[in-house]
Order: sequence, then structure tokens, then C-alpha cells
Amino acid sequence: MTGGTAVTGLGVTAPGGFGVEDFWASVLGGHSSIGPVRRFDASGYPAGLAGEVPEFDVEDHLPSRLIPQTDRVTRLALIAAEWALQDAGHDKERIAQYDAAVVTASSSGGFEFGEGELRNLWSKGGAYVSAYQSFAWFYAVNSGQISIRHGMRGPSGVLVSEQAGGLDALADARRRIRKGTKIILSGGIDASICSWGWVAQLAGGRLSSVADPARAYRPFDASASGHVPGEGGALLVLEDAECAHDRGARVYGEIAGYGATFDPRPGSGREPGLRRAIELALEDAAAAPEEIDVVFADAAAIPDLDRIEADAIGEVFGRRGVPVTAPKTMTGRLLSGAASLDVAAALLSIRDSVIPPTVNTAPDPGYDLDVVLGDPRPATVRAALVLARGYGGFNSALVVRQQSGIRNT
Amino acid sequence: MSVRQLTLDELRTILRTSGGVEEGVDLDGDIIDATFEELGYDSLALLEASTNIERTFGVRLDDPTFRDTATPKALMAVVNSQLVPQDR
Repeated sequence: MTGGTAVTGLGVTAPGGFGVEDFWASVLGGHSSIGPVRRFDASGYPAGLAGEVPEFDVEDHLPSRLIPQTDRVTRLALIAAEWALQDAGHDKERIAQYDAAVVTASSSGGFEFGEGELRNLWSKGGAYVSAYQSFAWFYAVNSGQISIRHGMRGPSGVLVSEQAGGLDALADARRRIRKGTKIILSGGIDASICSWGWVAQLAGGRLSSVADPARAYRPFDASASGHVPGEGGALLVLEDAECAHDRGARVYGEIAGYGATFDPRPGSGREPGLRRAIELALEDAAAAPEEIDVVFADAAAIPDLDRIEADAIGEVFGRRGVPVTAPKTMTGRLLSGAASLDVAAALLSIRDSVIPPTVNTAPDPGYDLDVVLGDPRPATVRAALVLARGYGGFNSALVVRQQSGIRNT
Repeated sequence: MSVRQLTLDELRTILRTSGGVEEGVDLDGDIIDATFEELGYDSLALLEASTNIERTFGVRLDDPTFRDTATPKALMAVVNSQLVPQDR
């Protein structure tokens, strides 16, 4: 055992990209997928923009039996899971079912399905509520459905820590691989662009009410006024690095380090936890700050939170000490899907030696960040740091690195 | 007066809506004596189909009905026995 965890497959269902290469081309092209909400009538709400997954016909992608029992979020997850496993060349026959597992993150579960069934309950009565409501709404449903469909019956679970969940799930999968599970499908997909999901997100007080898609989500800008939500995310195939090597798998990179902290009580005057999460992740990766070639920012677009993130990055890497990017300015913030999508993008940055851009924002020079703006930036990327903060005080940081060593032996 | 009965075609529609169609199964084929298990439906799909029939036809199906009536023919017999014309 090397103890290393390799990423061997990617599956993306996200705004701008139904499929990894679609997504990557869209992001490198600087195309924003943020626009007026189409999935429900949002006209009566103070926020009306979202990043939505391109339209698709679910029957082209999933077996008929799964359609009546799945929310949109699970459909997106099942499609991404299948693509990720194909991408990894996973062979079900080669790995015992209990050596393969699923660990996803979720923030809202199947809200659209649940909303419909609650409406049936109120308006028609209990006899009209779907039997599938028993699980279709639930946070763990993506893990469960993927596990059943692909016969991945090892130690599985779900993590719920809002935006940070996309990293927390990958870290949990890495822990389980270290304990002996051979292959784990992990990451996050969320999709709750429905009235229930909308109200839930509005209640958090961080949605932008700006109506112009080109001005609504402006992280690190002096006029930052909240974010635009989105749907989708990425699922990744993680494997013990040695197993991946032995079967000759193509490796995107390794999950090299992780740190997670929780913020102190509001008003305590103590330092927020993000800087410490970054330092823990670097320490875990045995990486010096100068070995990190790009930071994928959380990019909250709330002035206080932008300041905290800029300060944390500045303290660890120095003023303008590392390229910083936020491709989520093109997709919106995807709850648990955001950070795993950033990890996928970071691995593609390593593969293609290019950093995707940040769009539609003009960072305030006062933040002292080297934000990659407008066009993708060619760069040798050996290691990348991905940051994610979850509403309520979660801070997570994850280092992905070009795999080295094993292949040369 | 005539009373609406559950036909095989209506049952097909209900199964399709409630549980989809298993790959490799021809739901429009000769299914009347096939077991629901052979048709690829699990207990949850049958529960969903059962409540759908209850709502549509105003009948009551006890929980074990689907378990004990393993084929479309047997199920239709149970449902339609409750749909006897009342003024004839």
C-alpha cells in the first residue's frame, strides 16, 4: 500500500456542461451559464437568476424503472456516476461489491420531488403521496441509488456540510480507502431550483438580488452583493493509488491533503477557521505554499466573507502570491456540487496546463489577490488547492496533486 | 348501471407510471400470468401501483394483496371483485 488516493474518473453534470469535456470547454471559453431561472416560476421572489444544467432527456440516460422514483438531483447524480465509472474503466467483475463504495455530499436532497409530494399531501390527501417519497427526498438518496445501481456495497455514506460537503466527502472517501476499500465514487451533486429549495436558500440571506446575469455574482468585487445559486456538480472515482497503478488506470492526480475547521462563535472576536484549514491541508499534503500553483476560491461574494478568504490566502501565500480563480462565477454556487466540481476542474488544469478564468467581476485591489480574469491562463499546474465554506461555519481545504513516483518505479 | 373494471391495459399504464418498465421486459406482451417479480417490480413499485389503483378505482387493497396475488390476472380478479355493479 502506498497510502495514496488516486482520482481515475470524472463525471460532470453542471451548468454549461453535460459531461466533463463539455463543461471544461465551456469554462475555458469563459462562457457564463447564469441566466433567468427556467425550472420554475421565480418571478415572485427577490432572486431570479440561476446556473442550470443544459436540458436533457432523462430517458436517454437512465433505465425506465429509475425514473418514477428519482428526483432531478438523483438523476443528475446517477448520470454523472455512470460517466465517472466509465471514464475510470471500472470493471464491476474485477472488484468485489464490498470493496467498492459510494460517499457523496448533499445539502438539500430531493427537494423538487419532496415539494411535489407535500403539495399532493396538502391538496389531495395522504393517499396521493408517492411511496417513493420514503427515500427520494432524502440526503443519502444519491449514495443509495448509485450503490444499488452499480453494486458498490462497501462502507458508504453521505456528508451534509453545505458547500464544504463537496470536499468533506472526498476526504472521507480517502479515509475509507486508507482503511482498505479499493474504489469509491465520491463528490457532490445538488439540485434544488424549485420553490422549496429557493425559499430555503433565500432564508440564508446570501443570494444576490441583482437581475443582470453579468453583474449578479461578483466575488472579491467592491460591489459584491451575494451569489447566484446553481445545480449539478461532479462525481469522482477515487482508488487506492497502488491498485490504480496495478490495473494500468489513467490517473488525473491524487488527493494529497485535506483540512477542515469550524468557525468560532460569531462575535467571539477570534479568527475565522479558513486559514487554519488551508494550513492543515498543506501540512497533510506535506506541501509548502510555493508548491501550490493555483487556488480555487470559495468566492462567497459577501464582502465580509471575501475579506476573510482574501486574508487567509494572503497570510499563507503572501500578497498576490498565488493565482486564484473562481470558475463558479460561470455556474453559480452549487451547494455540495461546487467544490467537487472545482476539484474536477483543478485536475483538468493539471492535465491541460491551464487555469480556467473568473468572469464578470473586477476584484478590488484592496484584497491583494492575483485573480485569473477573463481568459484562461497557461500555467504548469502540479498542485492545486480547493477551498469551500459551508453555511454555518464549515471550512474545508483540499490539495490535489499530479501523481508522481508510482509510475516511475 | 355499468361499473368501471380494471382492464389489463389500464394495469399496464398504472405499472408503467408507478414503476417504469424493467429492461428486457415487454409490458405490452403476454403478461397476464407472469409474476410481478418476473416483470421486474419490487415491493415499493407494487406499493406505488397499489395506491394508484386504490385512488383510481375507489377500492381498498390490503397490504398483503400484491404479495398474495402475484400476477396481473389474480390482481385484476381481486380489484374487480370489489367493483361489482350495485343495482343489478
